[in-house]
Amino acid sequence: MDRRLLAMTFTLFVVLGLLLSACQMAAQPAPAPAAETSAEEAPKPAEAAPAAQQGSRLETVKARGKVICGVNGGLPGFSYLDETTGNFTGFDADYCRAVAAAIFDDPNAVEFRPLSAKERSTALQTGEIDVLIRNTTWTISRDASWGNFAPTTFYDGQGMMVHKELGATKLEDLAGASICVQTGTTTELNLTDQMRARGIEFTPVVFEEIDATYAAYEEGRCDAVTSDRSQLAARRTVFANPADHIILDVVMSKEPLGPVVPHGDDQWFDVIKWIVFGTIQAEELGINSQNIDSFMDSKDPVTRRLLGLEGNLGEQLGLSNDFVVRIIRHVGNYGEIFDRNLGPGTPFNMDRGPNKLWTDGGLLYSPPFR
Amino acid sequence: MAQQARFHHQPVPFWRDVRVLAIFTQILFLLVVILVAGLLYANMTHALAQRGLSLGFGFLKLEAGFEIGEGIRYSPSDTYGRAFLVGVVNTLLVSGLGILFATILGVIVGVARLSNNWLLTRIVGAYIELIRNTPLLVQLVFWYFAVILQLPPVRQSLELPGNIYIHQRGVTMPWLIPSPTFKLWLLTLAAGIILGILAWRVLIQYQLRTGRTTYPITVGLIVFIVLPILGWYLPGETPVSWEMPVLQRFNFTGGRTLTPEFTALLVGLVVYTGAFIAEIVRAGIQAVPRGQLEAARALGLSNAQMLRLVIFPQALRIIIPPLTSQYLNLAKNSSLAIAVGYPDLFAVGGTIANQTGQPVPVIIMIMSSYLSISLLTALFMNWYNRRVQFVVR
Repeated sequence: MDRRLLAMTFTLFVVLGLLLSACQMAAQPAPAPAAETSAEEAPKPAEAAPAAQQGSRLETVKARGKVICGVNGGLPGFSYLDETTGNFTGFDADYCRAVAAAIFDDPNAVEFRPLSAKERSTALQTGEIDVLIRNTTWTISRDASWGNFAPTTFYDGQGMMVHKELGATKLEDLAGASICVQTGTTTELNLTDQMRARGIEFTPVVFEEIDATYAAYEEGRCDAVTSDRSQLAARRTVFANPADHIILDVVMSKEPLGPVVPHGDDQWFDVIKWIVFGTIQAEELGINSQNIDSFMDSKDPVTRRLLGLEGNLGEQLGLSNDFVVRIIRHVGNYGEIFDRNLGPGTPFNMDRGPNKLWTDGGLLYSPPFR
Repeated sequence: MAQQARFHHQPVPFWRDVRVLAIFTQILFLLVVILVAGLLYANMTHALAQRGLSLGFGFLKLEAGFEIGEGIRYSPSDTYGRAFLVGVVNTLLVSGLGILFATILGVIVGVARLSNNWLLTRIVGAYIELIRNTPLLVQLVFWYFAVILQLPPVRQSLELPGNIYIHQRGVTMPWLIPSPTFKLWLLTLAAGIILGILAWRVLIQYQLRTGRTTYPITVGLIVFIVLPILGWYLPGETPVSWEMPVLQRFNFTGGRTLTPEFTALLVGLVVYTGAFIAEIVRAGIQAVPRGQLEAARALGLSNAQMLRLVIFPQALRIIIPPLTSQYLNLAKNSSLAIAVGYPDLFAVGGTIANQTGQPVPVIIMIMSSYLSISLLTALFMNWYNRRVQFVVR
């Protein structure tokens, strides 16, 4: 009898507690912008809840002491685990470091979160990651439903890699072929579009994991594999016999790749945007990690504003005024990041192509720092 | 004194009345459940609204725009709803065949485990222990990458008699193509079955009534066989024709090809679940009282007769309930298909969620699909279970 009473009292308390927390939730203004209401936060004491719900993600990141960056993790040249150091290396990984350098003056204040193509939208929408820098194509539907796209860091196009022995040179040669593709990618849709437009029959073999996709292709399950051209070139370098595979001379789509941040946080969006622009503007002005000290006493007002020697541009964003200096010192300008990870000195030996500065006829263009 | 008072004068107050308390706690518990569910729902809709996501199913009418590798007729210009249906059918196909073959394998292995042959029991035991103690996902990846993709390429296929080709893109075999007279033949087949059974029953009744031997089975079988044969040859054109596989530039066309993705998933599921079923079968057989076995021996039944007539009918009522949960497991485990590239309902659903940015409705659809499959399986197995139970009068 006593035990029963005890259980009842306990249940009563639980119910009361739930009722109270429910009332508390209902009492809060419903359309709280940028709120982070999650199940575990709801029953917190009243005074703690509103504090956690205010402010930009920038504050959250600063308080946490590191930025959580969603990356691919399986893409050499962009974000790939370096077997010797155990760190992520690559173009995308360096942009994660640039964010950390700008905020903390420490390029290693990053937590890398490897995500599959399918996982990334959920990770972004739920705010599990602060920023997604994972060769993600900017499209209108993703912009509307996933998050906000910061400036493109890499202009790419979809390509097709085939086994050399097949002797295929154009898409029409692939009629009746099996084509490996990774699910959750724009590639999957582009492939269907392109083949439908040309009336080419094909069989897709779809995988969730990038490694499985390329393993199945390399084993011969598929005649071809399709993805962004940069990705094909990058993955080919880790094949057993890279020379046995050719990338067809076709560009099937526009693939602007860049960072994405969750919706509803203008300040954080601006921070990421101008970190990217900072690396581009620095290259345009010829400032790199080696010569940056010689610019610290520059008389040029454009340079002085970029480096935070004049004005308060960084503070307006919620960063320090010298945030670009921090990026350049630790990570380098756009050209350095590109060359270090993808350029002629690397196994990928990629041409800058459209990824040149606008002054060199490319597409990279930073709005003015003023 | 106090005891006296409690026993004789005061009735039990309602807050100590067991019946009242029982009802009260039930109501409380129900309230808690409703509250928690409400909280979760409110939190979900709030979070969805915040991220600008709706909870509608309108997207199912939009054009899917992605291709699916295998399954029922579908083209990228069909709707997301149709694409999802393709996934559902693929799941049903692989789990249906999986259940069938896993049962056959499980029964054979389970019986073999009890054999007197020392080597056989050891081999079978090793299989069961190896398979049961490694993860299914690992096994699937093994079957796909280490076994099937290591077969010779298409152009160097192993050729089996009867135009069957085995290669790393699967197994290609001739397939039957229905001709215009196929429907007519189906009618004669149906007529053969119905008339055959009818003849058999009528003859049995006649035999029972008059005591004359009427050969009901023979006559029934003749009716059942002759009618379709007539239907096959009389129209002049055979109802089905063989379509032979032809090696094209990349792949075989014509005939039917079992894809490596489907094969790997099916083999993986069958081998995995078969090991569990084998143990269930063994336990079921061993649970039959020894006296039954001895009695069967004493009657002079052969080993096969003993199994079929005495052991299995009694073992079945022990086997069915755990077997049901293995069937359910198999159907649910088929969602690992994505690892080997088979477009089952989970894989297709994932793609739809990704392309539409509507994870919540799609997850609800996926969950209710698996729930319906499981509930229907359980329903059928429970019905069957009641049939094989002891009828105690």
